[in-house]
Amino acid sequence: MAISRRKFLGCITAALGTTTGAGALAHAASNKDFTGYPDSFGVLHDSTKCIGCRKCEQACNEVNSLAKPGKPFDDLTVLDQKRRTGEASYTIVNKFGNPPVFAKTQCNHCQEPACASACFVKALKKDPSGAVTYDESLCVGCRYCMVACPFNIPAYTYNDPLTPKVTKCTMCLPRIKEGKLPGCVEICPREALIFGKRDKLVTLAWEKIDRNPDHYFKHLYGEHEMGGTSWLYLSQVPFTKIGMREDLGVTSAPKLTSGALGAVPIIVGLWPVLLTGVYAISKRKEKIAEEEQESAVQNAKDLASQEMKDQLLKLSKKMTKEKETAIANGVKKALVEVEEAAKKAEQAAADAAEDATNPETTSDDSEKEEE
Amino acid sequence: MVAQDQPMEKSSILTPFNVITSIILFVGVILMFLRFTRGIGAVTNLDNNNPWGLWIGFDLLCGVALAAGGYVTSSACYVFGLKRFHSAVRPAILTAFLGYALVVFALNFDVGRPWKLPYPIFVSQGTSSLLFEVGLCVFLYLTVLFVEATPAAFEWLGFKKLRTWVVRLTLVLTIFGVVLSTLHQSSLGALFMIVPSKLHPLWYSGYLHVYFFISSIFAGMSMVIFEGSMAHRWLHDKMDATHLAQSDGVVLGFGKAASFMMMGYVGIKIIGIAVDNNWHYLSTGWGAWFLLELIGFVLFPAILYGMGAREKNLTFIRIASLWTVLGIILNRLNISVIAFNWQLPSDLRYVPSFMEVGTTIFIITLGVVVYKFIVTRMPILYEHPDYKEEH
Amino acid sequence: MEFFTFHDFMTYTKGITYLVMGAILIFMPLYWLYLTDRDD
Ligand code: SF4
Ligand code: SF4
Ligand code: SF4
Repeated sequence: MAISRRKFLGCITAALGTTTGAGALAHAASNKDFTGYPDSFGVLHDSTKCIGCRKCEQACNEVNSLAKPGKPFDDLTVLDQKRRTGEASYTIVNKFGNPPVFAKTQCNHCQEPACASACFVKALKKDPSGAVTYDESLCVGCRYCMVACPFNIPAYTYNDPLTPKVTKCTMCLPRIKEGKLPGCVEICPREALIFGKRDKLVTLAWEKIDRNPDHYFKHLYGEHEMGGTSWLYLSQVPFTKIGMREDLGVTSAPKLTSGALGAVPIIVGLWPVLLTGVYAISKRKEKIAEEEQESAVQNAKDLASQEMKDQLLKLSKKMTKEKETAIANGVKKALVEVEEAAKKAEQAAADAAEDATNPETTSDDSEKEEE
Repeated sequence: MVAQDQPMEKSSILTPFNVITSIILFVGVILMFLRFTRGIGAVTNLDNNNPWGLWIGFDLLCGVALAAGGYVTSSACYVFGLKRFHSAVRPAILTAFLGYALVVFALNFDVGRPWKLPYPIFVSQGTSSLLFEVGLCVFLYLTVLFVEATPAAFEWLGFKKLRTWVVRLTLVLTIFGVVLSTLHQSSLGALFMIVPSKLHPLWYSGYLHVYFFISSIFAGMSMVIFEGSMAHRWLHDKMDATHLAQSDGVVLGFGKAASFMMMGYVGIKIIGIAVDNNWHYLSTGWGAWFLLELIGFVLFPAILYGMGAREKNLTFIRIASLWTVLGIILNRLNISVIAFNWQLPSDLRYVPSFMEVGTTIFIITLGVVVYKFIVTRMPILYEHPDYKEEH
Repeated sequence: MEFFTFHDFMTYTKGITYLVMGAILIFMPLYWLYLTDRDD
């Protein structure tokens, strides 16, 4: 609560800063390094100690009051098949190789959660405690979080018609708040799960590796994967051998998308300017074309009426010459010619008007007419 | 128009078209009922590893890409001043509007609690998500398209004042349309930038948003050409002289433009491979599939478009348009379904169920029926006699 | 204000940017009108 109030106030100061152009956010430059919430919790899973007893699965099922599975938790044949987390199992233990190695899977509570970065209603959030929490009341059910999660953790209750939801490990946040250990950690008989501050766990894990370099594969899984996770893993064998991907890289999910997200406001800023510019240019061209057309039409009209006048003049001269002999013929002929000339003029005007709908050819045509 | 309409309507109650569509719509309603009483799980093959299937891959991604004709045509006409595309604008806007409306309709099937779809905009804004960007833009653009499409309805209904008002906004609406389309077309691609570990490297790229935007342009053009040829075949009597006279020019112009654009697209796709040094994947099976998409469904139709534009061969262009549309569908499905989760063992991969396919067919059919209803009534393919010569 | 995760930072800054974008989309057409309405 305190945090959201602080955030809210921050919003206001920042908004004021932006509007006054004071740049109050200068310290939040984009190349700033974010190191995650200080003092956030995590769990270290030492898979070399895990014996695959499935007690954690059972504890998780109980503390979260999930549906009971078909086969009981002490049935270890379940381990023969590779499983993943699901709506009734927030955590899963899998068996690999021979002699068997076991590894527990659940939400890794990423430092920069891909699921939260993907959620378009902020239903998933990184809590300062380290847990990545889910708020069912906001969730639309787009399942983009499931697409985004590089560890394939969230599950969806597909068979619930009206209130389906995303399900995943909560890191037992309600229990942590009560000062208790997460259910799975508490029950683990072999101390394969250690709960604590993430920073401390990282140090502890490296001490373990350094103290016993033959026993451990020299990699702390989750220290940097996808920007780091709250849940950390130690193993004797390469992690790919226990079903964990080592090719995820260290770039966090929000970093992967920040480039594309950053392009958005620039497009909004520039497109209207460019497009309006293009529009203004095409408008201007149109105007010029229109003016040219008008003058072309005028020229054609002038030309035609000039011709008509000339002919009338000629005719009248002719008529005075041949007054006596061919007066009747001449009149007839003149009438026809005048009519023709008028038609010609009309035609020219009509042509020019038609060209108006076809601006590209106008200039050529007007040239022809001027010839 | 009205006079022609009546007899056609009456005699056509039992045409094959009507029979088939009513069967599809009937089945669709049943599927809808199942979806909302039994849940998504009962009708789809979606699972926890494959949260997005055909409904997102086809209905959303392909639907939006193929509805790009709206912004492409209206910007060509009103912003770039290519007035000879004018008669193509209305049908393109209408299809775009219907396309987006159907995308949103289809989303109601896919998301778990569809009544919360307004949440990202009005309740809790997850601004760090590209899906938020997509949702916001699709919502705004649907509104813009709706407004852009209203003049036809106003002419039909005889609301002159309202129509004049909206027509005055044309330029602003067009520019908004281009901005919003640029954003959400590209963001749809950028949705997958968060999953470098799940999408095959040949398709995953830091340029995904650029690819989606550029390909949406030629997808839109191809769709305008393709729809145009369909409309010519079936709705010829609804077209006026201007539309008929301009349509060949539209086909040739868009064909030429699409061809050039597609060549550019092939270029930037190759740049993408070079930038990430993904050449070695080309010799794998996935590489062959990738090359089939890029060469078989982009380069070849681009060349056919080019030949058609040079020879003024409309048939070539029409074939190329369908070919390109198929290529776009292939591309979007590759990214969202086929090359997505490529590392999963084959028994965990997703294949759509019959009911998913059925729902998609139902939605497409719904679109065709509404389109037909509108163009046989409103001045879409012809100009309303009262408003001729106005623009 | 301080951010501990890049994700929080993005959510916050993009929130502000979206508001700025909205303002730009409203302001630019109006400014264009101001520039051009004395033409002709
Ligand atoms: S493991 Fe997956 S679900 Fe858990 S926080 Fe990380 S991204 Fe989210
Ligand atoms: S399914 Fe729910 S939690 Fe997951 S991204 Fe969508 S809205 Fe967010
Ligand atoms: S932390 Fe709690 S919810 Fe998560 S796996 Fe352990 S018991 Fe289950």
